Amino acid sequence: MTFWDRYLRPTTVDEALQELARAPGESRVIAGGTDLLLDLQQRRQAPVRALVDITGIAELCDIGEQDGSIFIGAAATHSRIVEHSLLIRHAPCLVEACSLIGGPQVRNVATLGGNVAHGLPAADGTIALLALGAQAIVAEAGGRRTVPLESLFVGPGQTTLRGRTALLVGFLFPQRDAQEGSAFQRIMRPQGVAIAILNIALWLRMDAAGIIAQARLAVGPCGPMPRRATAAEALMCGQPANVANSERILKALAEDVQLRTSVHRASAEYRYHVLGVLLRRIVPSALASVAGALPAIDQELGESRGIG
Amino acid sequence: MENLSLWVNGLKVEVMVGPEEMLADVLRDRLRLTGTKIGCNEAECGTCTVLMDGEPVLSCTLPALKAAGRRVTTIEGLTPANGLHPLQEAFVVHGAIQCGFCTPGQILTAAALLARVTDPDPAQIRHALKDTLCRCGCYPSIENAVRAAAASMRTGEALQGPSPEHASATHVVGRTMPRPDAAAKATGRARFADDYTFPGMLHGRTLRAGVPHAILKKLDVSRARSLPGVAAVLTAEDVPGERNHGLVVRDWPVLVGVGEKVRTVGDAVALVAATSRAIASQALSIIEAEFEPLPIVSDPVAARRSDSPRVHETGNLLKHIPVRKGNMDEGWRQAEVILEDTFHTPMTEHAFLEPECSLARPTDDGRIEIYVGSQIPYADRDQTAACLGVAPDRIRIIGTLIGGGFGGKEDIAGQIHAALLVRATGLPVKVLYDRHESLLVHPKRHATQIRVKLGAQRDGTLTAAETELYGDSGAYASLGDKVMTRATTHSSGPYIVPHVRADCYAMYTNNPPAGAFRGFGVTQSCFAIESAMDELAERLGVDPVELRRGNALRVGTSTSTGQVLHESVGLLECIDRVDARLRERGGAQPFTMRMVEGRPASRRAWGFAVAFKNTGLGSGAEDKAGAEVELDDQGCVEVRTASAEIGQGLVTVLQMIAAEELGVPFRDVRVLLSDTDRTPDGGPTTASRQTFVAGNAVLHASRVLRRAAAATLAEHNDCPPDAIRFADGAAWIGDQRLDMAQVAALMHAEGREPRASYEYHAPATAALGSGGDIHFAYSFAAQAAEVEVDTETGEVRVLQVIAATDVGRALNPLGVQGQVEGGVIMGLGNALTEEFIVEDGRVFSDRLARYRMPSIVHTPYIESVVVEHPVAAGPYGAKGIGEITSIPTTPAITNAIYHACGVRIRRLPVDQDWLALQIAGLPA
Repeated sequence: MTFWDRYLRPTTVDEALQELARAPGESRVIAGGTDLLLDLQQRRQAPVRALVDITGIAELCDIGEQDGSIFIGAAATHSRIVEHSLLIRHAPCLVEACSLIGGPQVRNVATLGGNVAHGLPAADGTIALLALGAQAIVAEAGGRRTVPLESLFVGPGQTTLRGRTALLVGFLFPQRDAQEGSAFQRIMRPQGVAIAILNIALWLRMDAAGIIAQARLAVGPCGPMPRRATAAEALMCGQPANVANSERILKALAEDVQLRTSVHRASAEYRYHVLGVLLRRIVPSALASVAGALPAIDQELGESRGIG
Repeated sequence: MENLSLWVNGLKVEVMVGPEEMLADVLRDRLRLTGTKIGCNEAECGTCTVLMDGEPVLSCTLPALKAAGRRVTTIEGLTPANGLHPLQEAFVVHGAIQCGFCTPGQILTAAALLARVTDPDPAQIRHALKDTLCRCGCYPSIENAVRAAAASMRTGEALQGPSPEHASATHVVGRTMPRPDAAAKATGRARFADDYTFPGMLHGRTLRAGVPHAILKKLDVSRARSLPGVAAVLTAEDVPGERNHGLVVRDWPVLVGVGEKVRTVGDAVALVAATSRAIASQALSIIEAEFEPLPIVSDPVAARRSDSPRVHETGNLLKHIPVRKGNMDEGWRQAEVILEDTFHTPMTEHAFLEPECSLARPTDDGRIEIYVGSQIPYADRDQTAACLGVAPDRIRIIGTLIGGGFGGKEDIAGQIHAALLVRATGLPVKVLYDRHESLLVHPKRHATQIRVKLGAQRDGTLTAAETELYGDSGAYASLGDKVMTRATTHSSGPYIVPHVRADCYAMYTNNPPAGAFRGFGVTQSCFAIESAMDELAERLGVDPVELRRGNALRVGTSTSTGQVLHESVGLLECIDRVDARLRERGGAQPFTMRMVEGRPASRRAWGFAVAFKNTGLGSGAEDKAGAEVELDDQGCVEVRTASAEIGQGLVTVLQMIAAEELGVPFRDVRVLLSDTDRTPDGGPTTASRQTFVAGNAVLHASRVLRRAAAATLAEHNDCPPDAIRFADGAAWIGDQRLDMAQVAALMHAEGREPRASYEYHAPATAALGSGGDIHFAYSFAAQAAEVEVDTETGEVRVLQVIAATDVGRALNPLGVQGQVEGGVIMGLGNALTEEFIVEDGRVFSDRLARYRMPSIVHTPYIESVVVEHPVAAGPYGAKGIGEITSIPTTPAITNAIYHACGVRIRRLPVDQDWLALQIAGLPA
């Protein structure tokens, strides 16, 4: 009774693809393994022949500039993302999201690629990347392709990567210009299951007159798979910043997303209620980011410090 | 298998590892570095933290091959060759170690922080330790310890110690003493049951029914028996003695046999012993069991209906518990205001970080010895012997360190199963529960429904209290009758109420059994009565503190059971002292909602609650403890008693008492606990009783020894015995000094054993309903909590708690502080985060990821006020503290929530979702 028979550590993308090709569908890519190992051990996923650990592939651990864009390797850990000066400058919402995932021990091994590849509709990293307008780089035997992040997701917990000889190499998104900023917030439930009830990421570009020139908004979970809330984005554009959280936009957002009751996590009523709360709260945070504020990475730490 | 090369604690290590091996397996099993403990094996608790290239990682879920070429540091590697790392020293000195199971993980996580930040502020410490859980709730002390260590490392100056509140001190008693086991726990040398192995040891596992109510129709173990590596597969037919176990009622099957009934999902159906845990697990998976499902009852109120499915032949009523005082008609007639409300509390889980482990082995003389961390070693011995059909002395229980208990290690877990497997195989067998099995099997805190009806005059004077309680005792009795009795007798609060009627129905259901859990039923009834009292205060328009003060029990008044209190009732002082601190910290109107600058949706307010809790078993049960005290040839003292150290600090207290009585230095006393061959029975470690009962046994045994020594010296020196003093580690005859080694030698020479034993019997109590005193002492407490409610999201944060506790006498101030902090944090979890979710008898919270408990992030500022109203029979006046500290926290918090946002909490834990919708006026 084993959950996996072999544990492999390739050092190049080609080597990894060869391992995956050796038994299509019976090998799984593993990075930090913080979700996958438990899924296998607790039998939420069927046993596999091999786990292909990609964290030894140098290219996949990279974070840097690439042709005017920012590249984050799929195997970059959350800890490295949170502390990376380039990302603190160019990806505030992602830094905020990654700082909230797990504790330090988990962040030291869990990877952004793993967060995305898990395919969950409320994955904090995924939601932040959507707001950044990220693209995914996927390697296959025939070569590499760069695709919109959204296109990876085909259903709850399902991606186009699974069961194929394909490897998520990393993510690309534009550098932040002076009039741009982003923010991430989420609501957790203190009881029951440790998954966000609702999270939200907002990216804004302002014009010189204080009008929203462009907006990208993502909410999780807003349906079976992660995606952007384009209807609300469209309404935000051309508006002054202070109406970005207006009733009209909230209404469009609420109509766009499908929030459900999840037993032991949240009621649909509560989710719709806090959707408005998060929208109201995230706009000032995103505007602060536009103005140059650093990402807030201690959001959920509590305010009790210093009393006494 | 594959070769793995890595650096561990500075040494290059090459080991062959399998594809599924985790780093923790390599460290613990292959390298025998057992300082790395495993708490959950699912990346939730942080206990298994080690450093990889200086960064903390969870070794339980890190594939070992990921560590190839990396530098791994375990707690053993952090420990210097001589002495302690500053963090280890700080944890010891600051009382940041109780049970010690999480300590290596805490220290390593903190070490990684200090390597990056030399002067961390509290926020950085909280950020770093966010997911490293301590169920003893040492968080405030951990934070202090990390800061003290950082300061010492930064400046090179000596470590700053803590200054817990001292009320009174003598030679040793009342002074700040470090735990004797703290250094071993800080360095990873401390061994818990799973840290022991024996040659040829097999691994035992248990097949659980997995269905809540059914008849076992068929059981085929033949495939499992023929699996290579399997040494034994046992079923109910293989139980030679008693088929059932149970602390009070023997109603819990050791194994459910074919044709017999499964009553809860955790019922054991078969046992396997195999050469490895993996083979044992595989064997379980090929046992074929067929069940015929039966209708399920999963709610105690439904269980009382006549048409309910029956859990036991005798029906579903485990016990009806009535309390009667005065005349209810008269009470209601005198009342000018009558208030009635109903409250619900959920099942909750102890979540001690050390899962249950029993390691049994055959001895050369044909007996079986069992290494186990148990709260009641003699009950383990007797129950195991009964089920094996042997005399009790054929079983020896050897207590190991215990990684937290909180009441959850009172019922027997794998002890009988391990012994049965030893009997079948003749080899040592370890039965270790993983977290999943631990969650399924051990008894929980009772879920309750409690209706409270209060009558009062306009001035607030209570005239009548009527309560009706339903307790969900689950499938087996465990201590359900006792727990719900305590819930009931405390259900009208620590108040003078002339007319009382209480009825409790402790019910069997098909849920996991419920039993002892810190607070022992009073946690639930205190939430109900203290919520109702707050409602009453509002109805009457009086201050919540004033209402409690006016009705508070005091010397000369009587409890709901008619027990007149003659001494040691510190409730009024607790109320007054919290009130004073509350007005200082919270202003003149602490119960009035306040806004928070910068967070327009947030509201703050304080809440207040009081509590009492019995010390000792009570209700007529014989309450006794034995102890031996012996002077060895070096002049050191050994104290022996079978009482459990579950983190609460009993060892320190017993050490202090012997040192105080014999006039020897604290560190010249060592304490041996829980070996049924070598230590007399100290009784169960429950009911906040051990300081009182085992403490008294040690106190009296020490005095007997002292008198024997004095008599010997008096004869030898031809002087009256009372001319001999014991102080400074010596006996004094005038100015003549004899060190204790000489005293021991002289006693031997005179043919006297330098040893004394004593069986202490606590003051007798009377059964409930007999009219006599049901308890020999009560502890009292008052607490105030300040909360901040986000009125948009429903999020609640506890900012500060002021806790005053009447402990009779604080023998061990550092221990008292630890019990207060840990109790408050556990009470906070009970209010806000904890719910063991069971649906139709099936456990949803079957992983730690589905049971949230407080972390350092939830920890409020806690101020402890020690109140000392001594009880005459207690050792130096002491009474129990282990439970009382946790009991008033929940209603103090929920009352604060009401004051902050106007929503009355009637169901625990506070549901953020429901609260937000209530505040918004939306249907929940």
